[in-house]
Amino acid sequence: MSGVTIGVLAVQGDVAENIMATKMAIEELGLDGIVTEVKTPEQISDLDGLVIPGGESTVIGTLSLVNGSLKKIKEKIASGMPVFGICAGMIMLSKKAKDRVVGEMDQPLLDFLDVKIERNAFGRQKDSFESEISMDKIGINKFQGVFIRAPSIIDAGKDVEILSKFNEKIIAVKQGNIIGTAFHPELTGDLSLHKYFVSLIKAKH
Amino acid sequence: MIPLSGDLGDTKGVIKEKIGSFSTTRGTSTLKRGFAHMLKNGVVMDVTTVEQAQIAEDAGAVAVMVLDKLPSDVRKAGGVARTASIRIIQEIMDSVTIPVMAKCRIGHVYEAMVLQETNVDMIDESEVLTPADENHHIWKWDFTSPFVNGARNLGEALRRIEEGAAMIRTKGEPGTGNVAEAVIHIKNVNTELRRIKSIYDAGDEQDLISVARELKVSYSVVEETASLGRLPVVNFAAGGISTPADAAYLMTLGCDGVFVGSGIFKADDAKERAQAIVLATTFWEDPDKVKEAQKMIDERQSMLGLDTKNLELRMQERGSTA
Repeated sequence: MSGVTIGVLAVQGDVAENIMATKMAIEELGLDGIVTEVKTPEQISDLDGLVIPGGESTVIGTLSLVNGSLKKIKEKIASGMPVFGICAGMIMLSKKAKDRVVGEMDQPLLDFLDVKIERNAFGRQKDSFESEISMDKIGINKFQGVFIRAPSIIDAGKDVEILSKFNEKIIAVKQGNIIGTAFHPELTGDLSLHKYFVSLIKAKH
Repeated sequence: MIPLSGDLGDTKGVIKEKIGSFSTTRGTSTLKRGFAHMLKNGVVMDVTTVEQAQIAEDAGAVAVMVLDKLPSDVRKAGGVARTASIRIIQEIMDSVTIPVMAKCRIGHVYEAMVLQETNVDMIDESEVLTPADENHHIWKWDFTSPFVNGARNLGEALRRIEEGAAMIRTKGEPGTGNVAEAVIHIKNVNTELRRIKSIYDAGDEQDLISVARELKVSYSVVEETASLGRLPVVNFAAGGISTPADAAYLMTLGCDGVFVGSGIFKADDAKERAQAIVLATTFWEDPDKVKEAQKMIDERQSMLGLDTKNLELRMQERGSTA
């Protein structure tokens, strides 16, 4: 069997960190695979899995719409491709988003994850924080959560599995082959979540 | 993972507190530098009003920088340039969802404190404003909010990082509409990085120590930077960017993103130009897309700009020796 091809959406945000974390995850699992930056619909169509990194969701959404990537990502997710959305990436995957201060948002979203997101749910940058959290359901008991102007989930549909909460706020979810986190595993050096994502892709491949 | 070179650990800006049953920490280097990492490949736009901030957000800006006057107007007005009105910063924070930054004067610790209390997402200790202390920059480790600083060369950049800057931008020559100085500064930094990387690769510690002395920065910061072969924090281009092609060119030189000051809102086609510069920054590797972006602007509507050789005020020299 040939190796897996995993893309990191490279429109805007912390792309390089996710490429490195995913590469290291593949290596630690002893698998074959390549990890690549993707920007165009053509590049996306070849993927077995996709990471949508942290950044600004309005920017990532607007620009993926412009060059047709958004449509291609939708097709791929609909056909079952596993996808991992981090912070802005989780917002992108959701059906609905509002901002804590500005209110309801009309921004381009992928419309898959059956949740309503509150953007900047913990406040502005000064309120960004690190804290130890856990995701027992997927076997990760201890994880350093790095929350940067992080969103949270205020409503989750019945097919959405809640993986983690911080002080009653939902911060990590899974729905089928879609994973979303409000925090940034790629900034921590802990590969367990990226490894979990790679194993989902491997199982599907 | 992000590099944490020069990190001082539990400084005054790091705050530990309990939220519910969770122990949390704010103001760490990971959070400050991590914030800057989320801006990568984006465009930060200078704005002076709520309307401009909304145009910037709609165009795809990754953040806005609030000023009282755009840099070219600072030049024209003369006098002392200070931090923007808190009321306007607050109004802008209430009307856009992207991060809001604001500038304080070099060395003006209390202007920075006021901006931190206002809750701006990042503070720019900027040469565009009149310096309050030419000999000492702010000791940024004392703050929970992250800072960005300007630099013309590697020494300046590393000294600012040693003081706690979470992000660096080239100084360029603000408010001139002329990208030439920004190009020189990024090339200076790149050349010096290549030099220290080669010293590091050769294993010549003695030479690396002389580099630290020459750059007036501690050995550990030089060593870690040399091992990485790039700045340990996110590095944006700034100063004089006016067109999509300007932005794309700076991206080819290895910048992580761009700040655009007067270039957008001093042009007569601000809205189209803002969108075009975002497109060119995102798709800089694709000349056809940059051409399409360049087509969206009208050169007759660009800001006139200034020749940087005959300026009375060279903002880039402010705070450069400290």
